[in-house]
Order: sequence, then C-alpha cells, then structure tokens
Amino acid sequence: MSVVTLSQLQFAATGMFHWIFVPLTLGLSIMTAWMETKYVTTGDETWLRMTKFWGKLFLINFALGVVTGITMEFQFGMNWSEYSRYVGDIFGAPLAIEATLAFFLESVFIGVWIFGWNKISKKAHLVTIWLASVATNVSALIILLANAWMQKPVGYVIRNNRAEMNDFLAVLTNDYGWIKFIHTLLSGYALAAFVIMGVSAWHLLRKNENDFFVRSFRMAAVWAFVATLGVAVTGDMHAVEIAEHQPTKFAAMESQWETRRGVGMSLLLIPDVARECNNVDMFCIPNMLSILAFHDATGEIKGLKEFPKELRPPVLPTFLSFRAMTGLGMFMLLTSLAGIVLSRRQKFVEYRAFLTLMVCAIPAPYLAEQLGWVVAELGRQPWIVYGVLKTADAVSKSITTTQVILSLIGFTVLYGMLGAIDIFLLVKYAKKGPDKDVSSIINVQGRA
Amino acid sequence: MDISVFQIIWFVLWGVLWAVYFMLDGFVLGTGFLAGILAKNDTEKRVLINSVGPVWDGNEVWLITAGGATFAAFPTTYALMFSNLYSALILLLFALIVRGVSFEFRGKLEGSTWKKSWDVAIIISSFLPALLFGVAFGNIFKGIPMKNDFAAVNFSYDGTLIGLLNPYGLVTGILFVLLFAVHGALYVAIKTSDELSQRAGVLANKLWFPLLVVAVAFLGYSYPATKLYANFLNAPILVIIPLIAVASLLLVKLFALKGAMHKAFLFSCLTIVFVVFTGVTGLFPNLIPSSLDPASNLTIFNSSSSLLTLQIMTVVALIMVPTVICYKIWVYRIFRAPVRAEDVLTDPHAY
Ligand code: HDD
Ligand code: HEM
Ligand code: HEM
Repeated sequence: MSVVTLSQLQFAATGMFHWIFVPLTLGLSIMTAWMETKYVTTGDETWLRMTKFWGKLFLINFALGVVTGITMEFQFGMNWSEYSRYVGDIFGAPLAIEATLAFFLESVFIGVWIFGWNKISKKAHLVTIWLASVATNVSALIILLANAWMQKPVGYVIRNNRAEMNDFLAVLTNDYGWIKFIHTLLSGYALAAFVIMGVSAWHLLRKNENDFFVRSFRMAAVWAFVATLGVAVTGDMHAVEIAEHQPTKFAAMESQWETRRGVGMSLLLIPDVARECNNVDMFCIPNMLSILAFHDATGEIKGLKEFPKELRPPVLPTFLSFRAMTGLGMFMLLTSLAGIVLSRRQKFVEYRAFLTLMVCAIPAPYLAEQLGWVVAELGRQPWIVYGVLKTADAVSKSITTTQVILSLIGFTVLYGMLGAIDIFLLVKYAKKGPDKDVSSIINVQGRA
Repeated sequence: MDISVFQIIWFVLWGVLWAVYFMLDGFVLGTGFLAGILAKNDTEKRVLINSVGPVWDGNEVWLITAGGATFAAFPTTYALMFSNLYSALILLLFALIVRGVSFEFRGKLEGSTWKKSWDVAIIISSFLPALLFGVAFGNIFKGIPMKNDFAAVNFSYDGTLIGLLNPYGLVTGILFVLLFAVHGALYVAIKTSDELSQRAGVLANKLWFPLLVVAVAFLGYSYPATKLYANFLNAPILVIIPLIAVASLLLVKLFALKGAMHKAFLFSCLTIVFVVFTGVTGLFPNLIPSSLDPASNLTIFNSSSSLLTLQIMTVVALIMVPTVICYKIWVYRIFRAPVRAEDVLTDPHAY
C-alpha cells in the first residue's frame, strides 16, 4: 500500500476513534450543566445525584476524547505536510484559535469542576460546568468551520504556490460550516440523550431507583426527539448544499448515474458500480429527489457518468452510509417520540419490551455518527480540498510506508486497548447506578 | 506595518508558547516520572496524582497551542518539522495519550495489578516526553538534515529516528529530564505535606548537582555543535538571557537549601523559561536550521503565513493569551493549598 492510502487509513482510524467520544462529550456536558442548574435553582437533591451520576460517565468518556485530539492536530503536519504547507495560511488559524479560545477554557474549568466541589461556592461551581460545556461547543464550531473549508473552500486566492486567505470573514461565515456545526452538535445531543435513555431503561428493567431513572428518561426523551428532528432538518439542508457544490458526492450518495431532470427517489436501490447503473430500482417516489435537492420538482441532477472515473468518490460505501444514516435517523425519531409519550404514563416501568428496545438502541446514534463522517469525507474524494487540492498530492513526501505501517499498527493496538478499557469502565459505572449518599458533596462552603 | 514586524512578533510568541509549555508541563512530567521514587504507598501515589489532577490538561493545552500557532503562523515549518520528526512525534503522542488516561483510569478500579500497571504507565509515559522533547529541541538547535528548495516547492529529508539520538541531542534530552525532575520535585515539595513533601525537598536538592553538571556540559557543547552562539556574539546585550538562566539555577539551590521551597520553585520556573529563551534567541531568525545547507534553513521569513493571517492571529493572541493567563492564575489560587492524605481519602471526586 502507498503512503497515501496508509495515511488515509490512519487518519480515518484515529479520527473515527476520536469521534467515538466527542459526540457524547458534546451532549453530556450540556445536559450535566442543565441538571446542576436544576439542582442549584431548586435545591432538590435528586438533581444533584443526577449531576454526579451522569457527570461521572461524562468524565470517563471525556478523558479519551481529550487524549485522542492531540493526535488529530499533529497528523496534519506528520502525514499531510503538503496539505499543511499548501493551505496552512487558512487552515492553521482555526486550529490555533480553537486552542486559545476553547481548549484552555474547557480543560481548565473541567479541572475546577472535578476538584472544586468543596472549594468554591455552589454558584461558582455551576459556572465552571457551563464555561466548560460552552467551550466544548465552541471548539466544535471552530474545527467544523475548518473542516467545512475543505468541503467548500471560500475566502482564498492561489498565490505563492499555495492558497492564501484573503477574506477571514468568509471563512467564519461559511454556510456549509454552520450547517455542519448544527447538524453535528445536535447529533451529539441526540446521542447523549439516547445513552441516558438506554442506561435509564436498563435500570428500570431491574426496578432500580425508579424515581431517579424515570426522571432522567423523561428529560432525555425530550432532548432526543428535539435534537433528532433538528438533525434531520439540517441534514436535508446539508444535502441541498452538497447538490449545489459537490455534485459528485451527491450523485454518489444517491447512486445517480445518468443526468436527468425531475428525478424520483427510490426506496430500494442496489447500485452496480462495474456496469455504472442500478441493478434494482424500486418503490420510486416521483420527483422527490429533485425536490429534496433543489426544492424544485424538475431540478436537474447530475449523474456520475457526467464525471471522469478518477473524479468520482467510491460510490457503494458513500451510498450505503448515507442511506443507513438517514434510516437510523428515522428510527431515532420514532423511538424518542414513543419515549416521550410512554414515559409520561403511570405504567411506564411495566413496558418491558420498550425498555429493552431502548437499551438495544444505544448503538444506533453511534453508528449514525460514524457513517455521517464516512459520507462527508469519503464522498469528498479524490479531493482533500474540494476542487482545489487532491488527496494524493497532499501527503508528506519525507515519510516512508514502513513508518506509517508501524504507526498505524501502534495506533490500532494502543487505541484498541484504551477504547476497550474505557468502554468497560463506562459500562461498569453506568450499571453501578447513582451513589445513595451525597452528603459529602453538599457541604459546599458558602463563599461567593 | 511591514510583514517582517509580524513575523518577528510571531517568532517571539512561538518562543513564549514553548517556554510556558515546558514550565507548566515540566512539573507534571517531573512529578509523574518521580512518582515511583517519591511515593511509598498507594495513598501517597494518589496524593501525587491529585496534586497535578486539576491542572495537567490545562497545561498540556499549551503544547496544543504551540503546535497550532506554528501551523497558523509558520505553516511550512509546521509541515516540515512534523513530517521530518515523524517517528519521534509518534512516540511522543503515544506517551502523552497514555499519561492522560492513566491519571483518569488509575483510581477507577480497586485491585493491585490494575493500579501497579498504571503506576508503571505513568512513570514511562512521563519520562519519555521529557527526554523526547529535549532530543527534538537539541536536534533543532543543531539543525536537521533537510534540503529545501522554496522556489521549486521541493523539500526532502534524510534523517532517521536513530539519527536524532546523536550525542548533542542526548545531552539536551538529559538536560530536559533533569530540569523537569528538579522542577517536579520542588512542585511536590510545595503541593504536599509531611514526609512526602520533605522527601521531595531532599530529592530536589540532590538532583540539583547532576543538573548543574549537565547544564554546564550543554552550554559548552553547544559551541562546537550548534551555531547558537552567533547571535550572542553579534549582540552581546543578549547575553543577559543565558545569564538569567544561570543565576536562576543557582538561586534554586540557594532557596532549596534553606527550605524556602516556594521561592526555589519560582526560580526553577525562571530557569526553564530562560533556558528555552536562550535556545530560541540563538536560533533567530531560523525556526529550524538545516544541517546540510544554510539556504535550506526554515526561517521566519521563508516559512511564514501571509500578512493578513499573521495580523488576524496577532489580534487573537493579544486578546486570548492574557485572558487565559488571568483565569489560570485564579485556578491555581483555588487549588493553592497542599494536597493531604486525608483529602484524597475522603474526597469522592479525587483521582
Ligand atoms: C464537532 C466536534 C469536533 C471535531 C470534528 C473534532 N473535535 Fe477534537 N475535540 C472536540 C470536538 C471535536 C471536543 C468535544 O471539544 C473535545 C473532545 C473531548 C474534549 O476534551 O474536547 C476535543 C478534544 C480535542 C483536543 C484535546 C483538547 C484538550 O486537551 O483539552 C484536540 C487537540 C482536538 N480535539 C483537536 C482536533 C482536531 C485537530 C480535529 C480535526 C481533525 C478534531 N479535534 C475533530
Ligand atoms: C472526527 C471526526 C472525523 C472523522 C470520523 C473523519 C473521517 C475521515 C475519513 C473516514 C477519512 C478518510 C477518507 C478516505 O478514506 O479517503 C478522512 C480523511 C481526512 N479528513 Fe476527516 N474526519 C473527521 C474530521 C475531520 C476534520 C474535522 C477535518 C479537518 C479539520 C478532517 C480532515 C481530513 C483530512 C485532512 C483527511 C485526510 C485526507 C483524506 O483522506 O481526505 N477530518 N476523515
Ligand atoms: C435524519 C436524516 C439525516 C440526514 C438527511 C442527514 C444528512 C447528512 C448529510 C447530507 C451529511 C454529509 C455532509 C457533508 O458531506 O459534508 C451528513 C453528515 C453527518 N451526519 Fe447526518 N443526516 C441525518 C441523520 C443523522 C443522524 C441521526 C446522525 C447521528 C446521530 C448524523 C450524524 C452526522 C455526522 C456526524 C455527519 C458528519 C459531519 C457533517 O458533515 O455534518 N446524521 N448528514
């Protein structure tokens, strides 16, 4: 395998691993802050116990998000030095801003939150979790704006053998980035809410702390439904944007081979990449795809045959990932809606089948998260910066296949072990349930 | 303003970011790899981990910022530095990853095999970065074997991981290890109490002598091995920088002997900062010299971002860096009290 392919594999592996932990961090940080706010404003100790319990899971998860992030930052220079040199004038700035603006806040105030329970007042303590969680969300915004620039480059000129920034505001207000941000952020909230619902359902099946977990479940169900709805809406906006700016990705997502007007959406499609057509094409909703993509029933959709083979992304994985992501989205929408309705009923804890379903549903958002990135990144190939720089030209020249094979093996082994331990700990602490005694945490001194 | 003004501002900031990073993570790394010697039982180990618990991640972010700033202000340097030092950086990453999770995981399960394994992990993963950073910077001071043709956008490197382990690189590596060891021991002395604190104070005093020897060796060896002295010979006023480094190092010992550990720690901070400044001043205007050909040097002039990017980044840095420093000081004040054994035994949130 070439250095390019190996580096792609390594970036995908380390990125997707980072992404196992990031969405839960995004969602749980804000939900923990919400629970602590409830505790501080109502004084109800159940909220404090909820803060502690879900907060513990948040921290175990957070640790791996943090340590795997550094890998991401270093890899641009290590494996993609031609990329870094070529677009660093634009791409470096967000990374540096993210560190100074967001990572400092996040890391410093998480530290205070963990160790500060008995050292600062209740209100100050509440402020620290809000600061940390807002910073987490800000960091997501900035890194996604950077990533969106690779999808839809704006505000630059090609000068001095590289892309130079000529409009910073355009980079910051890139609509592609903002849609991406909202889609991703809400997907993280939805994921965290599904984790809370799943863990709660597990305990309710065992009649453990009914009050605590019914309350957690109810809160999470509302979050999950609203967030998933937002995910679906922004996902559609994403698709519209892609149809316009990345026709190759769009055609691959929908497996469209011929350029046509007024295209329908087929519920069952099986692409045949070798023959450049769809083997099976059934249950077509007339004009639906044109309407989704252009909000116009007769909109023209470019087919893959319009583009030379070397400019097309891998069709099958892009298509399947997109289908599966949207399918999972629909599933999440329905189950969270059911969750809202059922959890309000007196007999909720007796709906064992539903509770079991919710435990089994925990992996659904995780899968959708990963597939989303596959659509976004794989669908962009062969470009690393769409229309500007090819992935094959972006790789470092001074590294060898041996080096990358060794580092890839190293990452696989190390991440595999740490991931297994982390998930083991998460499951262990989730099953353990909340601490009964919170007296040791409420003797917070009344300092202002 | 002319672009060179901003290039110089960013060179200074670049040096400051690395210096602050080493000053702050230095004591975390030092505490980490001395844990095996200093702590005699599980409670003491926990005291050590908890003494750095609230701050280690915030300190590591200075490294992320230094990396990000190199990317934003000097993209070509970022690209070549990181790809040319690939194998060393992979080792560094693995170590930093393991260190971070060790703190978090160690206390999550009971069982002596579990804890002992993480203890070993903490020692190795704290020692390696100290050594590797030193080796990397030693090689940067010395110059690395690269050929760069900026006009033709053609860059090549012919070094290896083993090549980095040359005598000068190793001396710098050992210098960093000892600097961080003394620094970490002093930190433990002021952040813990009773026997543990005294043991750390004694160790800092002992380690100071080898540190002095290696520091002298480093200064002497730098003359034949690097071109760091050229700038100081051209502008003798700059000699003040290494002089402050040396004076601080002596004051560390003076105060440590008297048992004034807070002051000793303060001067240990200054020592680290001014050692880094000495190296960085010697490099100017290079960021990474080439050992093959001066035309291939990566300088702040041939590897920087455009004027606009540098301006934007300057505004960001002028607002954010002081803000960060303010809230960090606040946090260090909240946690200024030494960590005692009772604290970790009764606090359910402790690591
Ligand atoms: C949408 C969100 C998002 C995305 C796409 C990425 N990250 Fe990330 N990152 C986060 C959201 C996040 C976070 C939620 O803010 C984390 C997870 C845990 C944490 O501490 O912060 C984080 C941690 C984190 C850290 C550690 C910060 C610390 O020590 O406190 C670094 C250096 C990075 N990330 C860098 C990157 C880079 C270079 C990425 C691109 C390739 C990247 N992340 C993708
Ligand atoms: C953390 C979530 C992310 C995941 C899971 C992810 C996923 C992927 C995948 C699967 C690839 C490989 C594509 C291929 O096989 O060719 C890739 C490549 C890449 N992505 Fe992403 N990505 C993530 C975030 C980002 C972000 C935020 C950026 C930019 C800041 C980014 C920049 C890149 C680069 C530079 C490559 C390597 C070149 C390439 O293969 O296109 N990625 N990513
Ligand atoms: C419900 C219908 C959904 C639609 C129509 C949709 C649409 C899309 C599209 C078009 C992209 C590609 C963006 C690009 O190429 O840049 C994308 C990416 C992504 N999706 Fe979805 N999605 C849906 C549901 C979900 C769900 C349920 C999740 C996870 C819980 C999710 C998580 C992601 C993530 C993490 C990405 C990558 C980041 C990004 O590019 O925004 N999506 N989605």
